[in-house]
Amino acid sequence: MKAPDFEYLRPETLAEALAMLARHGEDGAIIAGGQSLLPLLHFRLAAPAYLIDIGRLEPLKQIVEGDGYIEIGALVRHCELAASALIGREFPLLHQAVEHIAHPGVRHRGTIGGSLAMADPAAELGACCLALAGDVLLQSAAGQRWVGMADFFAGIYETALAADEILTAVRLPRRGHGGIQIFNEVARRRGDFAMAGLALVSDRGLGSPRLALLGVSDRPILAVRAMALLSQDPTATEAAIALIGDEVDPADDPAYPPAYRRHLVGVLMRRTLAELSP
Amino acid sequence: MSIGAGVPRDRAKRLLGGRGRFVDDISMPRLLHLAFVRSPYAHARIEAIDCLAARALKGVVAVLTAAEISDAVASWRAEHKLFPTMAAPEQFALATDVVRWQGEAVAAVVAESRAVAEDGAELVAVAWAELPAVVDAKDALAPDAPRLHDHMDGNLAYTAEIAAGDTKAAFERAGHVAEEHFRFHRHTGVSLEPRGIIAEFEPSEDRLTVHQSHQTPHQQQDLYARLLGLPEHKVRVICPDVGGAFGLKHHLMADELVACVAAKLLARPIKYIADRLESFLADVHCRDHEVTARMAFSASGDILAIEVDDLFNAGAYGQYPRTSIAEGNQISRLTGAPYGHEHYRANLTMAFLNKSILGHIRSVGHPIACAVAERLIDLGAAKLGLDPIELRRRNYLHGDDFPRTSVGGIEFEYLSLRDCLDKALAMFDVPRFREKQAALRAKGVYQGLGIATFVELTAIGPEYYGEGGQHISAQETCQIRLEASGLVRCYTGATDQGQGIDTGVQQVVAATLGVPLEAVEVVSGDSALCPVGGGSWGSRGAALAGEAALRAAATLRRNVLSIAASLLQKDPADLDIRAGWVMEAATTHMSVAEIARIGHFQPYSIPDGIAADLTVVERYASKDRLFLAGNGIQLATIEVDVDSGIVTPLRHLVVHDCGRILNPMLVREQIRGGVVQGIGSALYEELRYDNGGHLLTGSFADYLVPMAGEMPDIDVAHIETPTATSQLGVKGAGEAGTAGAVGAILNAVNDAIAPLDATIAEVPVTPPRLLKALGRI
Repeated sequence: MKAPDFEYLRPETLAEALAMLARHGEDGAIIAGGQSLLPLLHFRLAAPAYLIDIGRLEPLKQIVEGDGYIEIGALVRHCELAASALIGREFPLLHQAVEHIAHPGVRHRGTIGGSLAMADPAAELGACCLALAGDVLLQSAAGQRWVGMADFFAGIYETALAADEILTAVRLPRRGHGGIQIFNEVARRRGDFAMAGLALVSDRGLGSPRLALLGVSDRPILAVRAMALLSQDPTATEAAIALIGDEVDPADDPAYPPAYRRHLVGVLMRRTLAELSP
Repeated sequence: MSIGAGVPRDRAKRLLGGRGRFVDDISMPRLLHLAFVRSPYAHARIEAIDCLAARALKGVVAVLTAAEISDAVASWRAEHKLFPTMAAPEQFALATDVVRWQGEAVAAVVAESRAVAEDGAELVAVAWAELPAVVDAKDALAPDAPRLHDHMDGNLAYTAEIAAGDTKAAFERAGHVAEEHFRFHRHTGVSLEPRGIIAEFEPSEDRLTVHQSHQTPHQQQDLYARLLGLPEHKVRVICPDVGGAFGLKHHLMADELVACVAAKLLARPIKYIADRLESFLADVHCRDHEVTARMAFSASGDILAIEVDDLFNAGAYGQYPRTSIAEGNQISRLTGAPYGHEHYRANLTMAFLNKSILGHIRSVGHPIACAVAERLIDLGAAKLGLDPIELRRRNYLHGDDFPRTSVGGIEFEYLSLRDCLDKALAMFDVPRFREKQAALRAKGVYQGLGIATFVELTAIGPEYYGEGGQHISAQETCQIRLEASGLVRCYTGATDQGQGIDTGVQQVVAATLGVPLEAVEVVSGDSALCPVGGGSWGSRGAALAGEAALRAAATLRRNVLSIAASLLQKDPADLDIRAGWVMEAATTHMSVAEIARIGHFQPYSIPDGIAADLTVVERYASKDRLFLAGNGIQLATIEVDVDSGIVTPLRHLVVHDCGRILNPMLVREQIRGGVVQGIGSALYEELRYDNGGHLLTGSFADYLVPMAGEMPDIDVAHIETPTATSQLGVKGAGEAGTAGAVGAILNAVNDAIAPLDATIAEVPVTPPRLLKALGRI
């Protein structure tokens, strides 16, 4: 279980990193915290010829307040999200979710950009950014583009990232006061990948709800039917609980079969809604 | 007196300081590294192996297949003469024509680094012809099942019946019968440090030196000598720090033997460290039994009879040199052993199938035997309308029942079952828990209480492997050397994998000789230095190596006193050694160091004819008793989340009797570790395979081990009933925690869900299994 040989590159600037990536394309892999890529390398499931370590790109480590949004740099680590008072104030959802990400050792290395770019369907931050209607900034030597989260995730470990692009930031629209943000998941042990998880973001009184689910499809998804139902009638919670399990398409995993994960989605929905009632 | 003192072990300081020296920490000049090409199929014929590209890779020194090594190493068969009808197919260090489990090694790549060896392994091209695989004992035993071994009629490895009395008649007259069908899934031992070996060979001397993460250096010395055709005294096996073993590391493993062969062929040191994927694929596995059992009760609650049918899903071969039989044999013999029934029948059916080999992992068979009987008792109590605790007490063997040979054929000197139960009930307020449980149930919170009574077979005697034909020592010898300074070196055949047996032996020697603990250094884990012994497994170290140490220390004490008596012109009977000084009542005469100095440098001052040896050797082997049986009880409380199916352990209590205790702190920690391993078995650990025999749990993301965050507080208390069969009075303690935890947790889960009219008898109790049992998915 030793990684195959690769050349290690450590750019000092984003421009340099993008140039390296432009040069190496499919043969290059971006590494940040390494919490997902290193196991893949050691299992020899990935064998990039060049490993481009973006860990020194200081501008990607910032959390920036913009007009109506907060922009989180790709290199912001999970522990830094947890320590950020600004994030806690604006997006308590992220603070709740980060506690479920593995263990402190992983949270001290793993980055939000790495988590989003990896696109593990059971990752917490992808579902949170989807629920928060975020956009990711994808940059290449040729230019840049903003992509909405729903368009970004394309399948298990699959995203809209082109071979020459780096995910450099995620921008989350600020939400008005008095809204609701709740994260829940079910994992076998503390820190395990979730068997199912749910992020709820809405205005006061369950207005305009966004419900994102993780671990129950090939990517984080929005429970659009439950969202539509609750938008029309915020008191239709039982109906939403009943149908949300049908909105997901869990992988055929013999350890946690689809029927179990569908059931869990309903359980999570009930628990989440129960947190709303005093 | 330092026997019975809870002193910390010396090794702990070093290991916690990050200064451990494990096999992988050892390097040496010209060292090469080994990686294996392992079968991706559970069952396949090897049509051809093309090593050309791998051999051409820069940094690759050799690529070995069965063809290259067949002249250098012998094959083996896992035979046991006490089980003469057991099938024992021939096994080779590298697969020859057929692979029989996913992960079986077919080629070994030797290279300048492990990474390059893995690069080379990727370049070895094997032409496979996949064969149909059998992954389940029922399928394996079907008449038209694909056969693993051509020379056998089918896949039946062994079958046996143990019977006493007349169960048929007993069940016919029973007032109540409890019956259950159990499934105990396959798991393994998961040591923090994986298996590892460095083999060096000096061709001019025919000398093989091995550093290995192992429990039994002398067993390995004998095996390597015989299989490689070397003189045994030219083979030395050294076990440095070992990071957990749990029975994983007291077998011959084919890949480790290949490292020795490669060292011999290449005359360069070879390192092989199993990575975690290889560990899951190719370590010995354990459990994997399907058990149907029933228990007959009289109308008043006496256990009349037990019947057990065990279908044992073994591996592709028998484990060498011990064979795979013990787990099935223990289940057949131990189920219901704490109870006083007279009618018993157990049937064992063991099948070969296309999975890694089943071996002896901590508490072999015990957890299953215990869980089966304890679950049947709870089911019986429900039918009888009796309190399950009182039903146990009523049926426990006690008082005049001992000594007794159980209906399963196990000898019990004495079991303190009622005392353990009383102590457990004094430590845990069951009625209060029942009140709280009822109140919580009304709120939809489901907690449960489970009890499991266990017996623990320890310190096996020499008759089992002696008659079996294996070269496995159950005798222990201890050598003690009084150095010229008066400090003491003790060489033991037991080995220390973290449990602290070195410290236990040190305490025995210091206390018996009469010197401070720090005056004694224990040396273990070296087949050239230490006297031939069995190493550590099966809870044997304290009972057997401890007794040998006691005898050797007593002999050295006698010699020191005889020298002192002669120098002082005293009667040795009037002299004593205390804290390193020779005393006569309250008078201090001379130090042990002074006697050592005279003994070594002025031996002419000691008259001829007195016992004056300052290096002494004594041995201990039990006779005519197969095991020392300990016993105990575990009590677990858990909470079931009936929505998610997750079980959370709340509290765990163990009351245990392992005879005299050398070091209560180390024993408590052994028990706690064992409980955690048992909880792993009950709730988390499972090697899952698909229908084609492909392992689905190849990393810690999928193979779940118990983690500190989920573990309950574990209280441990002891009753001490010393065995009369030895002077020290110690019984083994390493099985207890694991033996009872599965049964206690399984009963607790069933207690929790009883009001929902559901039961479960499959472990690990995973959330989907539990929700299925509850009818929620």
